[in-house]
Amino acid sequence: MSQFESGSLTGKNLHLAFGSNKVLRGIDLHVEKGTAASVIGPSGSGKSTLLRVMNRLIEPDQGDILLDGRSVLKDSPDELRRRIGMVFQQFNLFPHKTVGENVAFALRRLRKLSRDEAWTEALAQLDKVGLKHKAEVRPATLSGGQQQRVAIARALAMQPEVMFFDEATSALDPELVKGVLALMTDLAKEGMTMVVVTHEMGFSRNVSNQVVFMDGGVVVENGSPDQLFTDPQTDRLKTFLSDVL
Amino acid sequence: MDAWSRLADTFLNWKYIAEVVPTMLSYGLLNTLVLAVCSAAIGMVLGIVLALMGISRNPVPRWIARIYTDIFRGLPAVLVILVIGLGFGPIFKDLTGLSSPYPLAIIALGLMAAAYTGEIFRSGIQSVDKGQLEAARALGFGYGPSMRSIVVPQGIRRVLPALMNQFIALIKDSSLVFTLGLMTRERELFQIGQDFASNNGNLSTLVAAAIFYLVLTIPLTHLVNYLDNRLRTGKAQKAEPDEAAAVIGKGSHA
Repeated sequence: MSQFESGSLTGKNLHLAFGSNKVLRGIDLHVEKGTAASVIGPSGSGKSTLLRVMNRLIEPDQGDILLDGRSVLKDSPDELRRRIGMVFQQFNLFPHKTVGENVAFALRRLRKLSRDEAWTEALAQLDKVGLKHKAEVRPATLSGGQQQRVAIARALAMQPEVMFFDEATSALDPELVKGVLALMTDLAKEGMTMVVVTHEMGFSRNVSNQVVFMDGGVVVENGSPDQLFTDPQTDRLKTFLSDVL
Repeated sequence: MDAWSRLADTFLNWKYIAEVVPTMLSYGLLNTLVLAVCSAAIGMVLGIVLALMGISRNPVPRWIARIYTDIFRGLPAVLVILVIGLGFGPIFKDLTGLSSPYPLAIIALGLMAAAYTGEIFRSGIQSVDKGQLEAARALGFGYGPSMRSIVVPQGIRRVLPALMNQFIALIKDSSLVFTLGLMTRERELFQIGQDFASNNGNLSTLVAAAIFYLVLTIPLTHLVNYLDNRLRTGKAQKAEPDEAAAVIGKGSHA
């Protein structure tokens, strides 16, 4: 029932340091095609950095990244990022463009659609997140939840093979979280490969089919939600879970 | 009583004012505007180049922009106009056959404007949230296209008021070209007022020049304030249904 051409994603022995600060210390992570993996862990554990390294917004010092089993480090990083959609904590919509243009812009410039085709496609994507009627307004007139749904539509419009969510609900008022989570849940059910950095333990436990616990720049535990939440193997994960649950 | 009428004669002698206004209207005002608009154009183009050099990841252009800006912001305008207007006059004449320093005056004003405009653009571009660049790059745009189509336009929009202020400063600074001894037809508002004042031994014509300047600058100042206000507060926005719900929700938690 998958409607996406999604792919698997693998990080191998990824290292990254900012000066003497070692943020990633040898991350190995495999997310199977159609899997929604959630990445949990204390702040400062390198979760958001891991996303940025895996789509090469930040180049790793060492290690390899494979999309659909093929190393992408020799490709153009711009090309790679077209294949991986990303949704940010702060939405990062373009405030000087309308909602519709936010979605259509990359379609026109990167997917080389004509102006009309791009607009039609943008409206279709906005329709999926229930915001087609907002196509003509500026993002600033939308609520946080609506803005984040537009950001998701903008990423999906590029027909990515993998979607990254970087604490996509953390900046939202509690009342607005539900709509965005529901959208992410639908995506996961429709078979999109997802890597979701999140503090929403409910999502991690009930929606994702793989949970990755990071701490101090390494993957401490990695497995099914049942394994990690009901039978944590390490003290670090036990401590973390007792702090957040 | 006598003092009042003397002052009135010194500053508001209508005969002299009536004499100078037609001259000011026929070419003085035009020259002031040509000097200001042309040097502003040079300043904008060169300023954006300086700004992009100033935020470059390569230190060489960054330093070139820094040095240029420090020099042209650090010198008195009148000195730059004299040095460029007189110093480059002969070379300019050899190259173009023009003996007038008028174009050189425009270039001198433009070079100085570029230093200020460059800093304005740079601060605007750097004030754009870095998430904007990240979002554009995450979609698959390269660094250059992301800057050009997403970051720079937002930065420029934000500094429109400061740019208008810069233009107002240029209108006033264009008066300094009088130091170059321009031909009659090339003279701008201030120098015309000054010429008539020394011929008549009466300052009323300078008051006339002052009024011309104020007619140009005061509306622009108010336009700056209007732009500034609108950029800061934005247009009135209609609250979204779920935004309203959020407010109610918050209240009910309290």
